[in-house]
Amino acid sequence: MRMNTILLLAISVVAVPLLLSGYIFLSERLLGKRAGRRGTRLRALFWLAPALFLIVVFLVYPIATTLLLSIKDASSQSYVGAKNYIHIFTDRNMLIVLRNNLLWLLFFTLATLTLGLLIALLADRVKYEAAAKALIFLPMAISFVAAGIIWRFMYDFQPAGMKQIGTVNALLTAIAPGFQPKAWLFDTGTNNGALIVVGVWMWTGFAMVILSAGLKGIPVELLEAARIDGANEFQILRRITLPLLAPTTTVVATTLIINVLKVFDVVYVMTNGNLGTEVIANRMYKEMFNYHNFGRASAIAVVLLVVIVPVMVLNVKRFRQGGSNA
Amino acid sequence: MPRISHVGHTARWPRLFLHAAIAIICVAWSLPSLGLLISSFRPKNLIAISGWWEAFSTPFAFTLDNYAYVLSRGHMGLSFVNSLIIAIPSTVMPILIAAFAAYAFAWMRFPLKEPIFLVIVGLLVVPLQMTLIPILRLFNKFGLTGSFFGIWLAHTGYGLPFAIYLLRNFIQDLPGSILESAFLDGASHPQIFFSLIMPISVPAIASLAIFQFMWVWNDLLIALIYLGGKADVAPMTVTMSNMVNSYGGGWEYLTAAAFVSMALPMIVFFALQKYFVRGILAGSVKG
Repeated sequence: MRMNTILLLAISVVAVPLLLSGYIFLSERLLGKRAGRRGTRLRALFWLAPALFLIVVFLVYPIATTLLLSIKDASSQSYVGAKNYIHIFTDRNMLIVLRNNLLWLLFFTLATLTLGLLIALLADRVKYEAAAKALIFLPMAISFVAAGIIWRFMYDFQPAGMKQIGTVNALLTAIAPGFQPKAWLFDTGTNNGALIVVGVWMWTGFAMVILSAGLKGIPVELLEAARIDGANEFQILRRITLPLLAPTTTVVATTLIINVLKVFDVVYVMTNGNLGTEVIANRMYKEMFNYHNFGRASAIAVVLLVVIVPVMVLNVKRFRQGGSNA
Repeated sequence: MPRISHVGHTARWPRLFLHAAIAIICVAWSLPSLGLLISSFRPKNLIAISGWWEAFSTPFAFTLDNYAYVLSRGHMGLSFVNSLIIAIPSTVMPILIAAFAAYAFAWMRFPLKEPIFLVIVGLLVVPLQMTLIPILRLFNKFGLTGSFFGIWLAHTGYGLPFAIYLLRNFIQDLPGSILESAFLDGASHPQIFFSLIMPISVPAIASLAIFQFMWVWNDLLIALIYLGGKADVAPMTVTMSNMVNSYGGGWEYLTAAAFVSMALPMIVFFALQKYFVRGILAGSVKG
């Protein structure tokens, strides 16, 4: 291992915290015993300054700049008005991109929620609940890149008649007589679905854990009372459990939507957006690095932001209502 | 006392069916990773002609060659170190800086406190895509593209809103009486912060640290853009996606590489499951 990388790591882990702590102590020394409002305000400024500086540089300034770039041409020289936006909603390839994001939004969210709920409900009834849930949650720990490799291997395709080493094709050939092996990632009829499955595999654990916590919060007395009154398990599920879980489900759905809109890695690794699988984030990356069209790339980012703005407003509203405990 | 459950005493679901359903789901969820793990130890010639599920029948052969190859010639060894170099400071920096700010938001008085905090709450879900082009240009201007320092700063900036939000809520809920008595004893703000607030906040910091570390460790997009595709600074996610392009069906290398990148997150997951789940859940709203 290179000596200077170890040194770099040591500096960053030891020196950075020391420097930051030193800064706070030094600011206190500078303020001295200065009391009163001025002192209080100055102190707050010292404590906030590093965070505010970085937030302005890495979030506020770029967001404003991107908004501006989105109405400029490819090399950000002159203003072009709404041209980039018109392109997004009229270009044939862009429409495919938007369609794909819609597919992800719909099927990823629905499948993840349904499976998460189903597993939470089932696991609630057995003693080995914790172990089962850990297995389902595990994919949340790995990167989309690793998941992409795992699933490319799952989907591996060899022509019919040859030995299938991909689990999906081998399994289907074995159990379904007459099944012809499919190139899941290349067939335009299946490739978007195949990608969405990977997303569902990774995120179901997330939906399951939160819904499961919501489930545990339902008062047992309520369910007991319903049972005594002769309700069966399906009636209880439909009339009591699901309605009471509605707020939790909304939170999970919102989170899934925020994340699915920005899906990038899994498409980048598995198909690189080829054969009609491109999504917004991958398109933006291509506009940036392959075509150097910074106007279009910025406009795509703005579209992404606009879709997420309602969630943003909701967050701020909820925070203001809930005060400190939002 | 028997555990109170959500299930009726006379379980109306046939138990066998229930166990079978859970078993099927668990197997389906684990198979993909299991196939990867087993394949990563199989020799090249066998992977190509037989399924991983046949690994324990004939011919019975396992090897560490794939790992040896990806760690040395496949650059995964170097990338593992790079991932650490990127992820550790990118976790320490935002947490410490956010803790300062969170302390100020929770316990100090200053003008525009509420509006500034609301802006930070709003920034939580902003898609990072909105920042890529201006930051990349800024980095190019200051020669930060392709440097560890640049990517530390970027991850710190991106991680701050969520870190401030989480820590501020935690610190604000601490009882004010402990602070008052510390003040009466003549302690200064830095003393209170480092010797009182930080130690009490360990649970919140642990969840936050795990979330931020995993986020950076598993990130592809930011590394791809700000590191400029340089192999000597590439983290594992970037190296792996390059391997996918160049090896395509070289499963013996791809499976080993993927498992190298998964090893650390899985250790963290099993060792610190409680904090891990908490951190991931809390952080899932991040942009």
